[in-house]
Amino acid sequence: MTVLRVVAGVVRYDAGQPVLDSVNLRVRRGETVALLGANGSGKSTLIRAALGLVPLQSGQVELFGTPLSRFRGWKKIGYVPQRLGAGSGVPATVREVVAAGRLARRGFLRPSGAADSAAIDSAIGAVGLADRAGDPVGTLSGGQQQRTLIARALAGEPELLVLDEPTAGVDEASQLMFAAVLRRFVADGGTVVVVAHELGPLEPLVSRAIVLHHGEVVHDGAVPAPAGHHADPGHDHVHPHAPADEPQVPPRGEEGWSGS
Amino acid sequence: MNILSYDFLRNALIGALVIGLIAPAVGTYLVQRRMSLIGDGIGHIALTGVAVGFLTGTSPVLTAVIVSAAGAITIELLRAYGRLSGDIALALLFYGGIAGGVLLVGLAGNKSNANLLSYLFGSLLTTSETDLALIAGLSVVVLLVTVGARPWLFAVCQDEEYARVAGLPVRALNLALAVTAAVTVTVAMRAVGLLLVSALMVVPVATAQQLARGFLSTMVTAMGIGITVAGVGVFVSFDLDVAPGAAIVVFALAVFVAVAVVAAVARKLRRPALQPAAPEPPDVVLAP
Repeated sequence: MTVLRVVAGVVRYDAGQPVLDSVNLRVRRGETVALLGANGSGKSTLIRAALGLVPLQSGQVELFGTPLSRFRGWKKIGYVPQRLGAGSGVPATVREVVAAGRLARRGFLRPSGAADSAAIDSAIGAVGLADRAGDPVGTLSGGQQQRTLIARALAGEPELLVLDEPTAGVDEASQLMFAAVLRRFVADGGTVVVVAHELGPLEPLVSRAIVLHHGEVVHDGAVPAPAGHHADPGHDHVHPHAPADEPQVPPRGEEGWSGS
Repeated sequence: MNILSYDFLRNALIGALVIGLIAPAVGTYLVQRRMSLIGDGIGHIALTGVAVGFLTGTSPVLTAVIVSAAGAITIELLRAYGRLSGDIALALLFYGGIAGGVLLVGLAGNKSNANLLSYLFGSLLTTSETDLALIAGLSVVVLLVTVGARPWLFAVCQDEEYARVAGLPVRALNLALAVTAAVTVTVAMRAVGLLLVSALMVVPVATAQQLARGFLSTMVTAMGIGITVAGVGVFVSFDLDVAPGAAIVVFALAVFVAVAVVAAVARKLRRPALQPAAPEPPDVVLAP
């Protein structure tokens, strides 16, 4: 079953070059798809368009087989944005932020039940923040804040997790924890779309990689070989690749999707 | 002197306490959104509403509710569609509201001119039983929205994009909050006056932030501070024979300064004790 589908998606800001140029994306149930690309390649825009946060100039989006405009099954989707929202004038505890992730499943203006409370606690426990649940998120490290956002997405018990650069600027302990959480989520039958600049510890989980370059899909298949400083012999690259099926990307002889 | 033995003083006290309770409840969301000054903008529009009431001979509170709610909805729609930057929208409202109000009051004649002052600076002592009933009714509505819909309003104010992906009725919640803020402003204008309404929405929240760790605790603490400063302000104003609105706000600011100083000192004293003897263990231990 197709969980997420973008057909000929075009996004253009003002009159300039399109950020997304006729992009097709199809994610099936149970897949773990990585959207890779350099900064400005359009990878974040693609998932934001797929979730209806950025309007498409042309093309279609379908979520769980339903066109975006008629889609109402938002409780099936867990979204993990790049960072905590800007509305931070008043302190909020980890548990309060995570509890917001339960609202889609709880239903509008419905009282909170024992199952809601249990799901929130279990999501906080899954990312290892049980002892910080009552602390203001503002006092947490960047990695812990990112874990809070993942817990918020998990609290709704989604079928599809969409993560926008969850590992960017995050300490290694938190990256390893993401990998563990995602592995469990996928093992339970979940589908994952993860936007990343570098996959890091998430790489062994990825079943398919899609590489964007200047708003176009330039690769769709196995995780491409690292380029740039990743190919450096001094780079600590811990997981093995099968040399035979390493596609070289991008095809235009530019520096590579890692971009750094 | 037992001030509660006078009806008008008792009414003033009840009105002030109710407003002290609801203003910070709405204010918590506005501060979270970093829109602390929006209450002022709405207050200025409400002035036009009051003047419309004078001009048409209807209840100024009623016309103020309608006009300021319409204004608040306009601000919210302009914000949502990104047509105006927040501070330009506020500037337009401030000046449009005041100018419109003064203009219409001028048309309505001299008697309203004197009356206008009581809306600008509040006139708790003239709170009638009818006013109290209106304040109580509107306050129940405000509490139902701000307390009853707290998890949803929190989610929208904290991370609007996430709320949209969660399928929450973001537009409806934003409009509900805007209208609730407008209703609060018009209810509170009787007590502290339109020029000081925003202070009662924001200052108790700013004070509570120094003490509380979470959103709900900030909201509850702010409501407690709001009631306290409103009650004490009314008593002090009777004793000193000054305007209750000004007394309430000055006392609220004094509490803010006192709490800020105490909190800063407490942080300074606590810091050495918080330092762990050994470095914190890593959150995740790698298997060898």
